[in-house]
Amino acid sequence: MSRIPVTKTPKAYVGGKFIRSESGRVFPLNNKRGQFLCNIPECTRKDTRNAVEVAGKAGGAWASRTSYNRGQILYRLGEMMEARAEELAQAVAITGAVTLAAARREVASTIDRVVYYSGWTDKYEQVLGNTNPVAGPFFNFSVTEPVGVIGVFASDSPSLLGLISQVLPIITSGNSVVALASSTNPYPAVLLGEMLATSDLPGGVLNILTGFRDELLETFASHEHIRGLDLSLDVDGKKQAEILAAESIKRLKVREQENTRYWSSEKAQSVYAIRSFLEFKTTWHPIGV
Amino acid sequence: MPSIVVNKYPLKRLIDEVGPVDQIAIEERVAKFTTRSIKKGSKIQGLNLAVSMVDLTTLEGKDSPGKVQSLCQKAQSPDSELNTPQVAAVCVYPAMVKHARKFLGDSPVKIASVATGFPSGQYPLRTRLQEVKQAVKDGTDEIDMVIHRGAFLSGQVQTVQDEIAAVAEACGEATLKVILEVSELETYDNIRAASFLAMNVLRSNDFIKTSTGKTSGNATLANNQVMLEAIRDFYLESGTPIAMKPAGGIKTAKQALHYLVAVKETLGDEWLNNRRYRFGASSLLNDLLMQLRKQDQGVYQAPWKFSDASSGY
Amino acid sequence: MPTQRKNSRNTRRRKTPELLFGDLWEFDPAPESADPKLKESYSLYIDGQQSAPKSRKYFESINPGTEKALTRIPAAGKADVNDAFSAATNGLNKYWSKLSGKDRGKYLYRIARLLQDRAREFAVAESLDGGKPIKESRDFDIPMAAAHFFYYAGWADKLEYALPGGSYSPYGVVGQIIPWNFPLLMLAWKIAPALATGNCVVIKPAETTSITALKFAEILQEAELPPGVVNIVSGAGATGQLIVNHPAAKKIAFTGSTDVGKAIMRATAGTGKGLTLELGGKAANIVFEDAPIDQAVEGVINGIFFNQGHVCCAGSRLLIQESIAKTFVQKLKTRIASLRVGNPLDKNTDIGAINSKEQLDKINDLVKSGVKEGAELFQSSCSLPGQGWFFRPSLFDGVTQSHRIAREEIFGPVLSILTFRTVSEAIEKANNTAYGLSAGVWTDKGSKILKMSTALKAGVVWANTYNKFDPTSPFGGYKESGCGREGGKQGICDYLKVEY
Repeated sequence: MSRIPVTKTPKAYVGGKFIRSESGRVFPLNNKRGQFLCNIPECTRKDTRNAVEVAGKAGGAWASRTSYNRGQILYRLGEMMEARAEELAQAVAITGAVTLAAARREVASTIDRVVYYSGWTDKYEQVLGNTNPVAGPFFNFSVTEPVGVIGVFASDSPSLLGLISQVLPIITSGNSVVALASSTNPYPAVLLGEMLATSDLPGGVLNILTGFRDELLETFASHEHIRGLDLSLDVDGKKQAEILAAESIKRLKVREQENTRYWSSEKAQSVYAIRSFLEFKTTWHPIGV
Repeated sequence: MPSIVVNKYPLKRLIDEVGPVDQIAIEERVAKFTTRSIKKGSKIQGLNLAVSMVDLTTLEGKDSPGKVQSLCQKAQSPDSELNTPQVAAVCVYPAMVKHARKFLGDSPVKIASVATGFPSGQYPLRTRLQEVKQAVKDGTDEIDMVIHRGAFLSGQVQTVQDEIAAVAEACGEATLKVILEVSELETYDNIRAASFLAMNVLRSNDFIKTSTGKTSGNATLANNQVMLEAIRDFYLESGTPIAMKPAGGIKTAKQALHYLVAVKETLGDEWLNNRRYRFGASSLLNDLLMQLRKQDQGVYQAPWKFSDASSGY
Repeated sequence: MPTQRKNSRNTRRRKTPELLFGDLWEFDPAPESADPKLKESYSLYIDGQQSAPKSRKYFESINPGTEKALTRIPAAGKADVNDAFSAATNGLNKYWSKLSGKDRGKYLYRIARLLQDRAREFAVAESLDGGKPIKESRDFDIPMAAAHFFYYAGWADKLEYALPGGSYSPYGVVGQIIPWNFPLLMLAWKIAPALATGNCVVIKPAETTSITALKFAEILQEAELPPGVVNIVSGAGATGQLIVNHPAAKKIAFTGSTDVGKAIMRATAGTGKGLTLELGGKAANIVFEDAPIDQAVEGVINGIFFNQGHVCCAGSRLLIQESIAKTFVQKLKTRIASLRVGNPLDKNTDIGAINSKEQLDKINDLVKSGVKEGAELFQSSCSLPGQGWFFRPSLFDGVTQSHRIAREEIFGPVLSILTFRTVSEAIEKANNTAYGLSAGVWTDKGSKILKMSTALKAGVVWANTYNKFDPTSPFGGYKESGCGREGGKQGICDYLKVEY
């Protein structure tokens, strides 16, 4: 008789810790034949609030790390993922929505994307910032700064590549993130949380919730401490999010709820994705004695 | 503070105490004075005020009693056609003082004499003081001394101050003007520090003065402003009013009006008189007179209508 | 300092030495005499034509220095705004999108030059209509407006250097709404980068200051700008709403209050329209004890009284280090005594008229609240003209973070003074606001400047200077002060849709 395997309880990843929802609620994840796979935490407004709080605390320290150090940490994340690539592929394919072969390609692209952004940490400033030759005796320069806590609704499909493609450019520059994983297949995001825990990314910089957009949209869009949103949403959701985000003038990027073709293409990675969640600060100083 | 630290960097300590000056910001500040529009009655009043503040100066190796005589004549009666005030003073070398006194007699026009090894000051203190005493004895009302810039820049600020105090004492009743020679001090920080250094041993209505006119840099609105602000701060702190004299480089009536605007807006009405403010200048007077005649007669004037004008072309 | 010697002539101390800023030498009136060449009535500028509004409605533009009407301004209605967008769409398809960057640039160069030619005329019109001192409109607003056209003209054929490696395209037609504090300059900030990047424009000036925008139409005609590329529709908030909601507007650029900015963001929700918002501010101007004090005083004065304090980035919260607070406030009071409030057209006026009665009421209301909440009010004793809307330069001492005057934007010549003891307290107080447009730092220590500049959450940080602007220098806010940047390379990027 074969050994009875130990099953894993999926958990959300907040502040470097693995949590259940404070509500105690879960929802079942089934494969495409309707067979039960596992229970996923159904995170709530309060879970979001807690995640924003830890993201707010972690962000400052993350942003003040050297660019070189941020690059090393993100590259280390790529290494972790590469080592567990097959496990990730299994997770992407777990519901049967994509084939294992497609899942393996997605994981490969995802790891490459992590490496792509890890290389930007100490370069985007050189491309986007500049000194300004003002007409006067002043030294004037514009530098970029992270915006703060950014809320992300990850793409449903691709479930892993979408999440990474949305989140990586945001944390590359020192922002911190509260992300809601794909609702249709949160399992790769759960696994990613486990890899984050063993990478050197400080706890709280990237927080991954599981649950449903409908339930959390209002909280994400209206929470004043969340300074920007990168949301994969349907049309109605977009409008509602933008209306609510207006109250605290959030930086906004809204996208299709799923767009495998886009996220799989090279066009989906860009220094301008980093730029979307940067502030520009211009400093004037006289040149004199 | 432990004295070992105090004595180590006296100039830095002095600057720390009186505070720094930002170059760009103060130059921006004074640029605003030049945008003031002085028209009609206020222009005539300002030009006349400027005339009354001129220290009409001749400081040349070729100065002679004859030159000083014509200077004194011009000082007492700047323009035959206009009802202008007399200038404040004539400013001459020590050897010319007795001639000037002869020509001016008891005229209200003062005699100012440069002294103390003008313009370098690189002479023994004993002879510098002797010069001052002799000029006073010869009848000068005012002494324009130079500070020892070498000592100042090498940090011997106490020496500089002691020398100023010694000269002030040698002046007796004569008014003292302390020339900082701003172009050699180079920074506004130094100018502000040197102003305080001098003011602390000066008497009410003694002057601080920008320049000798013998180096490449002269009075500018900016270094004038640094000194006006030092005077203001010192006055509000101590109650002792110190007077101000920019010298060198002020050649036009328009410039003079800008300086007066600076005085009006920095020190106020009580400095708008020749007891508290002077211009050290030689060619300025003729331009003031030209502008006054223009105001009076309505037409622009030719330079040769003014005595001692340099241009006959 | 070397020993202070007390000479016998010094010993008779006065009680409290004071300076007297009186009228011993008073400046005669020096009104700027250039002709602003105003018309009795203005037209909208649509499709390259001066046209009467289909709404048939007009309103008067009032001179805030005299409270008298200057001219009649058309109030564009729905049909007019529709016409403007049709013209803009047509201008885009027929002309502007077909021109090379080089040729777009040439039109912008022409506009810059023509504006320089008529600078004095525009300056007088600006001061008459808006109340700002002529020396500011003459030396700042108009030359800076021309400089923006000149700067962005050069970008038109060099866009690939602004977005290296990027794939981008213009939005198409953009709707722009500008405020009354820098009427022509804000128009230049908006129009110049929009045209350089290949967009066409429908722009609405603020209703109290439409004259220079409508005069600007004359310059566009002189420059022979193709019809429809720029359309100028005057009117009040209702006209602005028509612009924001018009389906042909692919991007909205707005400068004004935070409340209206939020309303615009809500109105454009779900439409995919691009947004640049330049909103309110409550900037901290932070003075450390090691600052160059007199220059800091001047910077604080310039920070709050420039343009009567009608400046979104005004340094309206002064944070002084406690050790120098008393001296510093005294110096501010002395300095205020020599500020000249009066006729905006007088070349010697430092502080002109408050832009509108409505704004004056708002300032009065906030000042009353400051007094009521226990802050100590000091006002200049200067005389004010008998006619017109004027407000004395004012300071509030003893203000705390919770006072309304420390939190709300006053947009007038009123400074709130707070103190701090340490660097971290200064940073905490400065950032304790929903706004984040600008900040000032005064210290003689270079490393402290960079520390402060890094810690302050503001889009512009002025170190040992204040209220400096330049076409090459990006401007815009953090947090609720808006999104996007205007000016510089960044200003180009915000008028292009970037694909990624």
